[in-house]
Amino acid sequence: MKRQRRRLLYVVTGLVLLGGAAAIVLSVLSDNLVFFYSPTDLATQQIPDGRPLRIGGLVADGSVHRSADGKSTTFDVTDKVHHVQIIYSGPLPDLFREGQGVVIEGVREANGTIMASTVLAKHDERYMPPEVVDALKRAGRWQESAAAAR
Amino acid sequence: MFRFANPARFMRFSAAILPWCAGATALLLAAGLVLALFVSPPDYQQGEAVRIMYVHVPAAYLASLAYAVVAVASAVSLIWRHPLADIAAQEAAPLGAGFTLICLISGSLWGEPMWGTWWVWDARLTSVLVLFFLYLGYIALVHAFDDPTRGARAGAILALVGVVNLPIIKFSVDWWSTLHQPESIFRLGGPTIAAAMLWPLAVMALGFTLFFVTLLLVRMRSRLLAAKIRALRLVG
Repeated sequence: MKRQRRRLLYVVTGLVLLGGAAAIVLSVLSDNLVFFYSPTDLATQQIPDGRPLRIGGLVADGSVHRSADGKSTTFDVTDKVHHVQIIYSGPLPDLFREGQGVVIEGVREANGTIMASTVLAKHDERYMPPEVVDALKRAGRWQESAAAAR
Repeated sequence: MFRFANPARFMRFSAAILPWCAGATALLLAAGLVLALFVSPPDYQQGEAVRIMYVHVPAAYLASLAYAVVAVASAVSLIWRHPLADIAAQEAAPLGAGFTLICLISGSLWGEPMWGTWWVWDARLTSVLVLFFLYLGYIALVHAFDDPTRGARAGAILALVGVVNLPIIKFSVDWWSTLHQPESIFRLGGPTIAAAMLWPLAVMALGFTLFFVTLLLVRMRSRLLAAKIRALRLVG
């Protein structure tokens, strides 16, 4: 019984030390584990130009314009505080629309515009049939449910 | 706790519950697939592609659950040196690896049309890929020794070290900005999945769980029977 007690102690101590080490490493690395920056990060943090980066946010309402030849699209990505302009030429994912969460990969130009090389649509955690969404919108509670999901 | 850990008792107990587990698995998976593929509604954004979720989410949940089984059994084996715990850990690992692979592949198939990419290196996807490699590493390490008890002990230590990854997978979508959507089911403020989609998902998750239990029992029984045959051969 005494041996088993000691081994239990070893395992528990080992796990506690390991957990502590992992917590330290993750909290130190946390800035580098971010998949994308928000437009506010871009405005307030020192992020060098000319290097590929990712921006995440919502496609601003009414900001999507396709060029005359139909090849490129410009739109704004916003986090409701700051926004950045994106220029992208290429196929857009199915979920791309105004108000949709997106993640952009691209390079920031000197004037602050992002030349995007990839546009990814970000799905939110809400899963609903279309009728439910219509009902929520009719009742004026769609925004409320969106806010609750944030 | 160790009443069922006696191998002879485990054989009797598992033989009694195995048919029930197998039957319930078949029923739940059949009902779950009908609900998921035909009865449940399409999503307002994803359309019919949402049906991939009914396989992806249960597979992801079992990928983690199976790892928890491997880790707990490994701890029991290290502390109390119980042979049945080693067998449980070693037989659960390939099942967990299988579920992880299903999760990764189904997620990739969903990501291409929805996100616009098969794969990104965000925190959630990467940590699940690490889980897959942990399973493979564990399986390889267990078999890397001539002496099976040494292999089991080395594997058990690796399994316990890898447990750090489970909370990382679970909370990756909250701690860091990821492309993967945040938790929809077990979250403060209740699920954000409509009830008409949550029910089929629950049936599938229960079916997957019983499928795992059934396969684990079958694998552990065959392992014990194989050991018995080997012992009889040596005597004869």
